[in-house]
Amino acid sequence: MSRPRDYESIPGTYVYDAERGRVGYALNMFCMSLNKAENRRSFKENAPAYLDRFPLTPEQRRTVLERDWLGMLKVGGNIYYTIKIAFCDGLTFQDVAGMMSGVSKETYAKMMLAGGRTPDGNRYKDSSEDIKNG
Amino acid sequence: MAKIVAGIATSHVPAIGVAMDKGMTGTPYWQPLFKGYEPAREWLAKLAPDVAIIVYNDHACAFSLEIIPTFLIGVADKFPIADEGFGPRPVPVVKGHPALAWHLAESLILDEFDMTIANEMPVDHGLTVPLSVTCGRPDAWPFPVIPLCVNVVQYPPPTGARCYKLGMAIRRAVEQFDQDLRVVIYGTGGMSHQLQGERAGLINREFDTAFLDGLTRDPVALSKITHTEYMREAGSEGVEMVMWHVMRGALGEDVAEVYRHYHVPASNTAAGLMILENRSPA
Repeated sequence: MSRPRDYESIPGTYVYDAERGRVGYALNMFCMSLNKAENRRSFKENAPAYLDRFPLTPEQRRTVLERDWLGMLKVGGNIYYTIKIAFCDGLTFQDVAGMMSGVSKETYAKMMLAGGRTPDGNRYKDSSEDIKNG
Repeated sequence: MAKIVAGIATSHVPAIGVAMDKGMTGTPYWQPLFKGYEPAREWLAKLAPDVAIIVYNDHACAFSLEIIPTFLIGVADKFPIADEGFGPRPVPVVKGHPALAWHLAESLILDEFDMTIANEMPVDHGLTVPLSVTCGRPDAWPFPVIPLCVNVVQYPPPTGARCYKLGMAIRRAVEQFDQDLRVVIYGTGGMSHQLQGERAGLINREFDTAFLDGLTRDPVALSKITHTEYMREAGSEGVEMVMWHVMRGALGEDVAEVYRHYHVPASNTAAGLMILENRSPA
Protein backbone atom coordinates (compact mmCIF):
# COMPACT_ATOMS: atom_id res chain seq x y z
CA MET A 1 0.00 0.00 0.00
CA SER A 2 1.20 3.47 -0.83
CA ARG A 3 -0.46 5.63 1.81
CA PRO A 4 0.22 5.66 5.52
CA ARG A 5 -2.82 4.27 7.30
CA ASP A 6 -2.43 5.74 10.75
CA TYR A 7 -5.86 4.47 11.76
CA GLU A 8 -4.41 0.96 11.77
CA SER A 9 -3.12 1.79 15.26
CA ILE A 10 -6.70 1.97 16.61
CA PRO A 11 -7.54 -1.28 18.42
CA GLY A 12 -10.56 -3.46 17.62
CA THR A 13 -11.47 -1.43 14.53
CA TYR A 14 -11.73 -2.50 10.87
CA VAL A 15 -11.81 0.56 8.64
CA TYR A 16 -13.45 -0.21 5.31
CA ASP A 17 -10.70 1.23 3.14
CA ALA A 18 -9.30 0.35 -0.28
CA GLU A 19 -7.54 -2.75 1.06
CA ARG A 20 -10.76 -4.16 2.53
CA GLY A 21 -12.87 -2.89 -0.35
CA ARG A 22 -10.81 -4.97 -2.75
CA VAL A 23 -11.57 -8.22 -0.90
CA GLY A 24 -15.01 -7.47 0.52
CA TYR A 25 -17.01 -6.39 -2.51
CA ALA A 26 -18.87 -9.66 -3.21
CA LEU A 27 -19.56 -10.29 0.48
CA ASN A 28 -21.08 -6.85 0.90
CA MET A 29 -23.09 -7.06 -2.31
CA PHE A 30 -24.61 -10.30 -0.99
CA CYS A 31 -25.62 -8.37 2.16
CA MET A 32 -27.11 -5.61 -0.01
CA SER A 33 -29.30 -8.18 -1.76
CA LEU A 34 -31.10 -8.74 1.57
CA ASN A 35 -32.82 -5.37 1.11
CA LYS A 36 -35.36 -7.29 -0.98
CA ALA A 37 -38.00 -9.31 0.88
CA GLU A 38 -37.96 -12.17 -1.65
CA ASN A 39 -34.18 -12.51 -1.27
CA ARG A 40 -34.50 -12.56 2.52
CA ARG A 41 -36.97 -15.41 2.12
CA SER A 42 -34.63 -17.38 -0.16
CA PHE A 43 -31.69 -16.83 2.17
CA LYS A 44 -33.69 -17.98 5.18
CA GLU A 45 -35.00 -21.05 3.35
CA ASN A 46 -31.63 -22.27 2.12
CA ALA A 47 -28.64 -20.15 3.02
CA PRO A 48 -25.93 -22.27 1.31
CA ALA A 49 -27.88 -22.34 -1.96
CA TYR A 50 -28.54 -18.62 -1.78
CA LEU A 51 -24.87 -17.88 -1.17
CA ASP A 52 -23.99 -19.85 -4.33
CA ARG A 53 -25.25 -16.84 -6.27
CA PHE A 54 -22.32 -14.76 -5.00
CA PRO A 55 -18.60 -15.30 -5.65
CA LEU A 56 -17.60 -15.50 -1.98
CA THR A 57 -14.36 -17.03 -0.72
CA PRO A 58 -14.75 -20.17 1.44
CA GLU A 59 -13.85 -18.12 4.52
CA GLN A 60 -16.39 -15.41 3.70
CA ARG A 61 -19.01 -18.12 3.25
CA ARG A 62 -18.11 -19.67 6.58
CA THR A 63 -18.37 -16.37 8.45
CA VAL A 64 -21.85 -15.78 7.02
CA LEU A 65 -23.16 -19.30 7.67
CA GLU A 66 -21.76 -19.32 11.22
CA ARG A 67 -22.77 -15.69 11.87
CA ASP A 68 -19.19 -14.94 12.85
CA TRP A 69 -19.77 -11.17 12.94
CA LEU A 70 -16.21 -10.26 13.84
CA GLY A 71 -14.85 -12.74 11.30
CA MET A 72 -16.89 -11.06 8.56
CA LEU A 73 -15.10 -7.77 9.21
CA LYS A 74 -11.74 -9.50 8.92
CA VAL A 75 -12.58 -10.82 5.44
CA GLY A 76 -13.82 -7.53 4.02
CA GLY A 77 -17.27 -7.14 5.55
CA ASN A 78 -18.52 -3.59 5.99
CA ILE A 79 -20.68 -3.14 9.07
CA TYR A 80 -23.27 -1.01 7.23
CA TYR A 81 -23.73 -4.07 4.98
CA THR A 82 -23.20 -7.07 7.26
CA ILE A 83 -25.79 -5.69 9.67
CA LYS A 84 -28.44 -6.59 7.06
CA ILE A 85 -27.80 -10.27 7.82
CA ALA A 86 -28.52 -9.49 11.46
CA PHE A 87 -31.73 -7.65 10.55
CA CYS A 88 -32.73 -10.74 8.56
CA ASP A 89 -32.16 -12.84 11.71
CA GLY A 90 -34.23 -10.43 13.80
CA LEU A 91 -31.20 -9.15 15.68
CA THR A 92 -30.45 -5.52 16.50
CA PHE A 93 -27.29 -3.47 16.10
CA GLN A 94 -26.78 -3.74 19.82
CA ASP A 95 -27.02 -7.55 19.79
CA VAL A 96 -24.33 -7.73 17.12
CA ALA A 97 -22.12 -5.13 18.79
CA GLY A 98 -22.15 -7.21 21.97
CA MET A 99 -21.19 -10.35 20.06
CA MET A 100 -18.36 -8.57 18.23
CA SER A 101 -16.92 -7.25 21.45
CA GLY A 102 -17.14 -10.69 23.04
CA VAL A 103 -19.56 -10.03 25.89
CA SER A 104 -23.12 -11.08 26.63
CA LYS A 105 -26.04 -8.99 25.48
CA GLU A 106 -26.76 -8.01 29.09
CA THR A 107 -23.18 -6.98 29.83
CA TYR A 108 -23.03 -4.90 26.66
CA ALA A 109 -26.38 -3.22 27.33
CA LYS A 110 -25.24 -2.41 30.85
CA MET A 111 -22.01 -0.88 29.56
CA MET A 112 -23.98 1.35 27.17
CA LEU A 113 -26.39 2.45 29.91
CA ALA A 114 -23.40 3.36 32.04
CA GLY A 115 -22.14 5.73 29.33
CA GLY A 116 -20.53 3.38 26.82
CA ARG A 117 -16.99 2.12 26.35
CA THR A 118 -14.49 4.71 27.50
CA PRO A 119 -11.87 5.91 25.02
CA ASP A 120 -9.27 5.83 27.82
CA GLY A 121 -6.98 2.89 27.19
CA ASN A 122 -8.78 2.18 23.90
CA ARG A 123 -7.14 4.68 21.58
CA TYR A 124 -4.04 2.72 20.52
CA LYS A 125 -3.24 -0.95 20.03
CA ASP A 126 -0.02 -0.32 21.91
CA SER A 127 -1.27 0.84 25.29
CA SER A 128 1.92 2.79 26.03
CA GLU A 129 0.91 5.06 23.12
CA ASP A 130 -2.38 5.59 24.86
CA ILE A 131 -0.64 6.92 27.91
CA LYS A 132 1.70 9.10 25.84
CA ASN A 133 -0.94 10.55 23.53
CA GLY A 134 -4.18 10.10 25.43
CA MET B 1 -34.25 35.59 -2.73
CA ALA B 2 -34.01 32.36 -0.76
CA LYS B 3 -32.18 32.28 2.55
CA ILE B 4 -30.85 29.64 4.92
CA VAL B 5 -32.43 30.65 8.19
CA ALA B 6 -31.26 27.89 10.50
CA GLY B 7 -29.32 24.68 10.86
CA ILE B 8 -30.22 21.52 12.73
CA ALA B 9 -27.65 18.91 13.67
CA THR B 10 -28.89 15.55 14.83
CA SER B 11 -27.89 11.92 15.11
CA HIS B 12 -29.86 9.56 12.88
CA VAL B 13 -29.70 6.29 14.84
CA PRO B 14 -32.04 3.69 13.24
CA ALA B 15 -33.27 2.48 16.65
CA ILE B 16 -34.69 5.98 17.29
CA GLY B 17 -36.95 5.47 14.26
CA VAL B 18 -37.91 1.99 15.42
CA ALA B 19 -38.78 3.32 18.89
CA MET B 20 -41.08 5.94 17.33
CA ASP B 21 -42.65 3.53 14.82
CA LYS B 22 -43.41 1.01 17.57
CA GLY B 23 -44.69 3.60 20.05
CA MET B 24 -41.92 2.97 22.61
CA THR B 25 -40.90 6.59 23.16
CA GLY B 26 -42.40 6.68 26.65
CA THR B 27 -40.45 3.70 28.02
CA PRO B 28 -37.86 4.36 30.74
CA TYR B 29 -35.07 3.63 28.23
CA TRP B 30 -36.26 6.06 25.55
CA GLN B 31 -38.17 8.72 27.47
CA PRO B 32 -35.15 10.89 28.42
CA LEU B 33 -34.03 11.03 24.79
CA PHE B 34 -37.45 11.89 23.38
CA LYS B 35 -38.26 14.43 26.05
CA GLY B 36 -35.22 16.37 24.89
CA TYR B 37 -36.57 16.41 21.33
CA GLU B 38 -39.79 18.22 22.27
CA PRO B 39 -38.34 21.76 22.39
CA ALA B 40 -36.74 21.18 18.98
CA ARG B 41 -40.11 20.16 17.51
CA GLU B 42 -41.81 23.22 18.96
CA TRP B 43 -39.08 25.48 17.61
CA LEU B 44 -39.28 23.94 14.12
CA ALA B 45 -43.09 24.06 14.00
CA LYS B 46 -42.92 27.75 14.84
CA LEU B 47 -40.19 28.42 12.29
CA ALA B 48 -42.26 26.64 9.59
CA PRO B 49 -39.53 26.57 6.93
CA ASP B 50 -40.48 26.35 3.24
CA VAL B 51 -37.94 23.65 2.43
CA ALA B 52 -35.23 21.59 4.14
CA ILE B 53 -31.90 20.38 2.80
CA ILE B 54 -31.00 17.20 4.67
CA VAL B 55 -27.35 16.18 4.61
CA TYR B 56 -27.04 12.50 5.46
CA ASN B 57 -25.44 9.27 4.40
CA ASP B 58 -27.19 6.44 2.65
CA HIS B 59 -26.74 3.09 4.41
CA ALA B 60 -26.49 0.62 1.54
CA CYS B 61 -30.04 1.32 0.35
CA ALA B 62 -30.16 3.81 -2.51
CA PHE B 63 -26.54 3.13 -3.40
CA SER B 64 -24.37 0.09 -3.02
CA LEU B 65 -20.63 -0.36 -3.37
CA GLU B 66 -21.28 -0.66 -7.11
CA ILE B 67 -21.06 3.12 -7.50
CA ILE B 68 -20.05 5.34 -4.59
CA PRO B 69 -20.89 9.04 -4.99
CA THR B 70 -18.94 11.24 -2.58
CA PHE B 71 -21.53 14.04 -2.77
CA LEU B 72 -24.98 13.54 -4.28
CA ILE B 73 -28.11 15.65 -4.56
CA GLY B 74 -31.64 14.31 -5.07
CA VAL B 75 -33.66 16.34 -7.58
CA ALA B 76 -36.83 14.20 -7.73
CA ASP B 77 -40.30 15.43 -6.78
CA LYS B 78 -40.69 12.53 -4.37
CA PHE B 79 -38.51 9.96 -2.64
CA PRO B 80 -39.93 6.58 -1.55
CA ILE B 81 -39.01 5.05 1.80
CA ALA B 82 -36.30 2.39 1.46
CA ASP B 83 -36.46 -1.21 2.63
CA GLU B 84 -33.20 -1.42 4.57
CA GLY B 85 -33.51 -5.11 5.28
CA PHE B 86 -36.47 -5.11 7.68
CA GLY B 87 -39.20 -3.52 5.55
CA PRO B 88 -39.70 0.20 4.89
CA ARG B 89 -40.39 2.48 7.88
CA PRO B 90 -44.10 3.35 8.14
CA VAL B 91 -43.54 7.06 7.52
CA PRO B 92 -44.85 9.38 4.78
CA VAL B 93 -43.19 9.55 1.38
CA VAL B 94 -40.72 12.43 1.26
CA LYS B 95 -41.63 15.17 -1.20
CA GLY B 96 -38.77 16.89 -2.98
CA HIS B 97 -38.23 20.41 -4.25
CA PRO B 98 -37.01 19.91 -7.82
CA ALA B 99 -36.74 23.61 -8.69
CA LEU B 100 -34.39 24.47 -5.85
CA ALA B 101 -32.61 21.10 -6.08
CA TRP B 102 -31.79 21.55 -9.76
CA HIS B 103 -30.69 25.12 -9.09
CA LEU B 104 -28.38 23.82 -6.36
CA ALA B 105 -27.02 21.05 -8.58
CA GLU B 106 -26.18 23.51 -11.37
CA SER B 107 -24.79 26.18 -9.06
CA LEU B 108 -22.66 23.79 -7.03
CA ILE B 109 -21.12 22.13 -10.07
CA LEU B 110 -20.30 25.50 -11.64
CA ASP B 111 -18.89 26.52 -8.24
CA GLU B 112 -16.49 23.53 -8.54
CA PHE B 113 -18.38 21.02 -6.36
CA ASP B 114 -18.89 18.06 -8.65
CA MET B 115 -22.21 16.72 -7.43
CA THR B 116 -23.74 13.46 -8.57
CA ILE B 117 -27.38 14.06 -9.52
CA ALA B 118 -30.10 11.53 -8.58
CA ASN B 119 -33.42 11.63 -10.40
CA GLU B 120 -34.68 8.58 -8.54
CA MET B 121 -33.70 7.24 -5.15
CA PRO B 122 -35.28 5.79 -2.03
CA VAL B 123 -34.37 7.42 1.28
CA ASP B 124 -33.42 5.48 4.40
CA HIS B 125 -33.27 6.14 8.15
CA GLY B 126 -30.37 8.55 7.63
CA LEU B 127 -32.92 11.03 6.26
CA THR B 128 -36.19 9.87 7.80
CA VAL B 129 -35.02 9.63 11.42
CA PRO B 130 -33.98 13.31 11.51
CA LEU B 131 -37.42 14.18 10.10
CA SER B 132 -39.12 12.02 12.74
CA VAL B 133 -36.97 13.49 15.50
CA THR B 134 -37.86 17.05 14.56
CA CYS B 135 -41.42 16.65 13.17
CA GLY B 136 -42.89 13.74 15.13
CA ARG B 137 -45.35 11.45 13.33
CA PRO B 138 -47.41 13.62 10.95
CA ASP B 139 -49.57 12.23 8.11
CA ALA B 140 -47.39 14.17 5.68
CA TRP B 141 -44.02 15.84 6.26
CA PRO B 142 -44.58 19.57 6.81
CA PHE B 143 -42.11 20.74 4.13
CA PRO B 144 -40.40 19.45 0.99
CA VAL B 145 -36.91 18.03 1.37
CA ILE B 146 -33.78 18.03 -0.76
CA PRO B 147 -31.64 14.99 0.10
CA LEU B 148 -27.90 15.59 -0.01
CA CYS B 149 -25.89 12.41 0.48
CA VAL B 150 -22.29 12.19 1.65
CA ASN B 151 -20.32 8.97 1.42
CA VAL B 152 -19.11 7.80 4.83
CA VAL B 153 -19.43 4.06 4.15
CA GLN B 154 -16.31 3.55 2.01
CA TYR B 155 -13.14 5.14 3.40
CA PRO B 156 -12.26 7.90 2.85
CA PRO B 157 -15.26 10.16 3.29
CA PRO B 158 -14.73 13.74 2.14
CA THR B 159 -12.76 15.74 4.70
CA GLY B 160 -14.51 17.94 7.23
CA ALA B 161 -12.90 20.98 5.60
CA ARG B 162 -14.28 19.99 2.20
CA CYS B 163 -17.71 19.47 3.73
CA TYR B 164 -17.55 22.91 5.35
CA LYS B 165 -16.69 24.49 1.99
CA LEU B 166 -19.55 22.61 0.33
CA GLY B 167 -21.82 24.16 2.94
CA MET B 168 -20.50 27.63 2.05
CA ALA B 169 -21.22 26.92 -1.62
CA ILE B 170 -24.74 25.75 -0.75
CA ARG B 171 -25.34 29.04 1.01
CA ARG B 172 -24.14 31.04 -2.00
CA ALA B 173 -26.35 28.98 -4.29
CA VAL B 174 -29.45 29.26 -2.08
CA GLU B 175 -29.06 33.04 -1.93
CA GLN B 176 -29.04 33.18 -5.74
CA PHE B 177 -32.37 31.38 -6.03
CA ASP B 178 -35.06 33.76 -7.23
CA GLN B 179 -37.94 32.63 -5.00
CA ASP B 180 -38.45 33.87 -1.46
CA LEU B 181 -37.87 30.64 0.42
CA ARG B 182 -36.86 30.15 4.03
CA VAL B 183 -34.57 27.15 4.05
CA VAL B 184 -33.32 25.01 6.93
CA ILE B 185 -30.37 22.69 6.56
CA TYR B 186 -29.83 19.51 8.55
CA GLY B 187 -26.45 17.95 9.25
CA THR B 188 -26.97 14.41 10.49
CA GLY B 189 -25.13 11.37 11.84
CA GLY B 190 -22.84 10.90 14.82
CA MET B 191 -22.14 11.70 17.50
CA SER B 192 -19.52 9.40 19.04
CA HIS B 193 -20.25 5.77 18.26
CA GLN B 194 -18.60 2.61 17.05
CA LEU B 195 -20.76 -0.13 15.60
CA GLN B 196 -18.04 -2.60 14.68
CA GLY B 197 -15.18 -4.67 16.02
CA GLU B 198 -14.05 -5.47 19.54
CA ARG B 199 -14.15 -1.75 20.35
CA ALA B 200 -17.90 -1.45 19.56
CA GLY B 201 -19.77 0.76 21.98
CA LEU B 202 -17.16 3.48 22.28
CA ILE B 203 -18.61 6.79 23.49
CA ASN B 204 -16.65 9.98 24.13
CA ARG B 205 -18.73 12.57 25.92
CA GLU B 206 -15.79 14.95 26.26
CA PHE B 207 -15.12 14.92 22.51
CA ASP B 208 -18.82 15.37 21.70
CA THR B 209 -19.21 18.29 24.10
CA ALA B 210 -16.16 20.04 22.64
CA PHE B 211 -17.57 19.41 19.16
CA LEU B 212 -20.95 20.94 20.06
CA ASP B 213 -19.22 23.95 21.62
CA GLY B 214 -16.92 24.35 18.62
CA LEU B 215 -19.80 24.51 16.14
CA THR B 216 -20.61 28.02 17.30
CA ARG B 217 -17.21 29.12 18.63
CA ASP B 218 -14.74 28.07 15.96
CA PRO B 219 -16.26 25.97 13.18
CA VAL B 220 -13.29 26.41 10.83
CA ALA B 221 -10.88 24.87 13.34
CA LEU B 222 -13.43 22.15 14.03
CA SER B 223 -13.68 21.31 10.34
CA LYS B 224 -9.98 20.40 10.32
CA ILE B 225 -10.36 17.36 12.57
CA THR B 226 -8.86 14.44 10.64
CA HIS B 227 -10.64 11.18 9.89
CA THR B 228 -8.22 9.26 12.11
CA GLU B 229 -8.91 11.60 15.02
CA TYR B 230 -12.67 11.09 14.61
CA MET B 231 -12.24 7.32 14.48
CA ARG B 232 -9.81 7.16 17.39
CA GLU B 233 -11.63 9.62 19.65
CA ALA B 234 -15.27 9.30 18.62
CA GLY B 235 -15.41 5.73 17.28
CA SER B 236 -15.11 4.45 13.73
CA GLU B 237 -18.62 5.59 12.84
CA GLY B 238 -18.09 8.91 14.64
CA VAL B 239 -16.56 10.05 11.36
CA GLU B 240 -20.16 10.65 10.25
CA MET B 241 -19.79 13.99 11.99
CA VAL B 242 -18.13 15.38 8.85
CA MET B 243 -21.71 15.85 7.65
CA TRP B 244 -22.36 18.38 10.38
CA HIS B 245 -19.76 20.65 8.77
CA VAL B 246 -21.84 20.93 5.59
CA MET B 247 -24.68 22.31 7.70
CA ARG B 248 -22.38 24.64 9.61
CA GLY B 249 -20.66 25.95 6.49
CA ALA B 250 -24.06 26.85 5.03
CA LEU B 251 -24.91 29.17 7.92
CA GLY B 252 -22.25 31.84 7.67
CA GLU B 253 -20.09 33.16 10.48
CA ASP B 254 -22.64 34.61 12.84
CA VAL B 255 -24.85 31.97 14.40
CA ALA B 256 -26.67 31.63 17.69
CA GLU B 257 -27.11 28.34 19.48
CA VAL B 258 -30.78 28.16 20.44
CA TYR B 259 -30.96 24.60 21.73
CA ARG B 260 -28.93 21.50 22.44
CA HIS B 261 -29.70 18.04 23.70
CA TYR B 262 -27.26 15.21 24.36
CA HIS B 263 -28.11 11.74 25.59
CA VAL B 264 -26.29 8.43 26.02
CA PRO B 265 -27.21 5.83 24.95
CA ALA B 266 -29.45 5.52 21.93
CA SER B 267 -28.64 1.89 21.18
CA ASN B 268 -24.83 2.10 20.53
CA THR B 269 -24.69 5.85 20.03
CA ALA B 270 -24.35 9.18 21.77
CA ALA B 271 -27.35 11.06 20.41
CA GLY B 272 -26.79 14.78 19.97
CA LEU B 273 -29.06 17.51 18.68
CA MET B 274 -28.27 21.18 18.20
CA ILE B 275 -30.19 24.06 16.68
CA LEU B 276 -28.34 27.03 15.27
CA GLU B 277 -30.06 30.15 13.96
CA ASN B 278 -28.31 32.00 11.18
CA ARG B 279 -27.66 35.63 12.13
CA SER B 280 -25.26 36.24 9.25
CA PRO B 281 -26.34 38.94 6.79
CA ALA B 282 -27.08 37.66 3.29
